[in-house]
Amino acid sequence: MSIEVRGVTKKYGDFVALDDVSVSIPTGQLTALLGPSGGGKSTLLRIIAGLEVADGGTVEIEGTDATALPPQRRNVGFVFQHYAAFKHMTVAKNVAFGLEIRKRPKAEVKAKVHELLELVHLEQFADRLPSQLSGGQRQRMALARALAVEPSVLLLDEPFGALDAKVRKELRDWLRRLHDEVHVTTVFVTHDQEEALEVADEIVVINGGRIEQVGSPDDLYDAPANDFVMGFLGEVTVLDGHLIRPHDVVVHTLPAAAGAGAVRGEVVRITRVGFEVRVAVRPEAAPEADEVVVTLTRTFARSLGLEVGSTVWLEPEDGARVVPVPRAVPVGTLGAADPTEPSEVPVA
Amino acid sequence: MADSRLIRSRRGPVTYVLRVLVVLYLFLLVAWPVSLVADRAFRATGTHEGGVGPFLERLTDPATVYAFNLTITVAIWAVIANTVFGVGISLLLVRYRFVGRRVLSVLVDLPLSVSPVVVGLALVLAYSSTQGWFGGTLETIGIQVIFSTPGLILATAFVSLPLVVREVVPVLEEIGTDAEQAARSLGANGRQVFRRITLPSIKWAVVYGVVLTSARSLGEFGAVKIVSSGAEFRGETATLFVHNHYQAFDEPAAYAAALVLVLISIIALVVVTYLRPKEERA
Repeated sequence: MSIEVRGVTKKYGDFVALDDVSVSIPTGQLTALLGPSGGGKSTLLRIIAGLEVADGGTVEIEGTDATALPPQRRNVGFVFQHYAAFKHMTVAKNVAFGLEIRKRPKAEVKAKVHELLELVHLEQFADRLPSQLSGGQRQRMALARALAVEPSVLLLDEPFGALDAKVRKELRDWLRRLHDEVHVTTVFVTHDQEEALEVADEIVVINGGRIEQVGSPDDLYDAPANDFVMGFLGEVTVLDGHLIRPHDVVVHTLPAAAGAGAVRGEVVRITRVGFEVRVAVRPEAAPEADEVVVTLTRTFARSLGLEVGSTVWLEPEDGARVVPVPRAVPVGTLGAADPTEPSEVPVA
Repeated sequence: MADSRLIRSRRGPVTYVLRVLVVLYLFLLVAWPVSLVADRAFRATGTHEGGVGPFLERLTDPATVYAFNLTITVAIWAVIANTVFGVGISLLLVRYRFVGRRVLSVLVDLPLSVSPVVVGLALVLAYSSTQGWFGGTLETIGIQVIFSTPGLILATAFVSLPLVVREVVPVLEEIGTDAEQAARSLGANGRQVFRRITLPSIKWAVVYGVVLTSARSLGEFGAVKIVSSGAEFRGETATLFVHNHYQAFDEPAAYAAALVLVLISIIALVVVTYLRPKEERA
C-alpha cells in the first residue's frame, strides 16, 4: 500500500471534518476521494500532503511515517483546484521550480522540463506567462510542475472543478491516459460521481467526515454499502419501500407479464432527455407517496407505447440491487443504522 | 472603464459647476500656495538677491547641505527599518491567526492618527538619558538616542510605520496561500518560498510603500522637532532648517530649501503614478 491513513481526526472548532478515518491507498493506481462538499475529502487530501495537520492519527507514505514531516519533505506532488500558478514565472520556470529548489544541474532541468511540457502538450507555450494560458492549460502546467519532482504520490484537489464542462471532460480523459503512461500513485478529490466512475481505479466515498465505502467503480455502483453511497453514485427512485436505480425497474403494460409482487400504477409524466425517456409513475396502492421514476431507452419506450394516463406494472429487474429506505435517520449517521442493510433481488 | 465613461457622457451644467468647484478648491488650497513658495525662492527681497545663481548658492551653503544630508540619512534608515518590519508585520497580520492580532492591526495604524508632536514627546519619555527606561543604559554603552541621529530615525520610522504595511496587506490577502503551498509541496523551505514566491508577488506593493515612506520621512517635522536639538549642524534636518531660517528672518534660504522638499515630493508622486499601472497589470 502506498498511502496508509490510520485513525486520522481533524476538527475545526466544533466542526468535525474527519472522524477517525483509516484508509489504504494502493500503489500505482488512480484513486478518487468522492463525496459531497464539506464531507472532509479535501481535508484528508491536505493532511496526506502535509498542508494541514491532523489532530490525531498517522499518515504513512511509501512505508515512511510522514505524520510529522513538513510538506516539502514528503515527496508528494499537489495540484490545486485554482492552479496555484506562480504568476511571475514563465510556464517553463513554473515546471522547473521543484528541480531548481533541488539544485539539479541546468542541463538536466532543461531536458526534464522539455520532456514534461511535451507530456502535457504545452511545449509551444514554454515562454508564456500563466496569465496567457487558458484554465485547462494552466492546470496541465500545474500537473507538469507537480510531476517534475518525481513524487511518490500525486495528489489532486478538485483538479477540474474550476473548468467548464467541456474542458473538464477532455482533461478527465487526458488524466486517465496520462496515468496509464506514468503510473504514479494518484489520489484526486472530486464531488462529481461521473468523474470518479469514469477515471478512477478505486473510489473512496467520504461523507460527514467518515468513510462510507471503498471499492472499484463497478462495486460501488452495483453493490453500494448503504443508501448514501447508492444515492450519491447515481440516480435512485423508491419502489415499494426500497431504493432502486431508475434503469433497474422493469415496466410491463400487461399484468400477465408481471410477477406477483409487481406494483400497479398510472403514468403521470413522460420526459424525453436525449436518448433516454423518464417515466413518472404514481403507484395505485400508495398515491400519496413519491412517484416512481423509471428510465427507459427511447426505442423501448416507443415499443411499449406508453402514454400519460396508461396503467403499468413495475418490478425490479432480476439481480438489481435495492436498499431499504432509511426511516428518518438523522443526517450524518446514514449507513450506521440496521434497516439500511442492502439486499439483492434473487435471480428468478 | 468604458462604463464609467458612459455614465458621465451626459454633461449637464451640474457637472461643470462641480468641476469648477474642485479645480478652484485645489488651486486655492494647494497649487497657488505652493507656486508662491517656488516664486519666493527665486525672487529678490530686501537685501537678498534673486535669480538662479543665489538660489543655488543658498542650497550649497554648508548648513543647507548638512540639513539635507541628515534628512536623507534619517529617511534611508527609516525606510529600511519600515520595509523590513512592514513586510514582516504584514505577513504576520495576513498569514497567522493569533491572540491580539486585531490589536496589532490597530496599533500599526496608530501613527496615522496620533499627532507627530505627541510621538516625539513619547519617544523622549522612553529614551531620554535622564528619564527613559533604556536611555541611561544606552548612553553608558555610548549610544545617545534623544538629541541625536538615532532619535531622529526612531521618530521618523514611527510616523511612517503604517505606509508599507497598508500597501502590502491587501496584496498579500489577494494572492492567497495556494502558490506558497504549491512551492512548499515542491520542496521549498520557508525562506525559499518567501524569496521566490511571496516577495515577487508583493514586489510592487513594497516599492509603492517604500516611495510613500520616503516621501513621508523626508517631510517629517513635528516628531523630529521634539527629539532633535535642532541647531545648525547639530540635528537640524531639512524641515527644521526651513523652520529655523524662516523664524530667523532668513526667508530666501527657507524658501530655497522648501522648494527642494516640494520637488522631492513631486518626484515621489510621479514615481508612484508611473508604478501604479505596472502593479495593476501584474
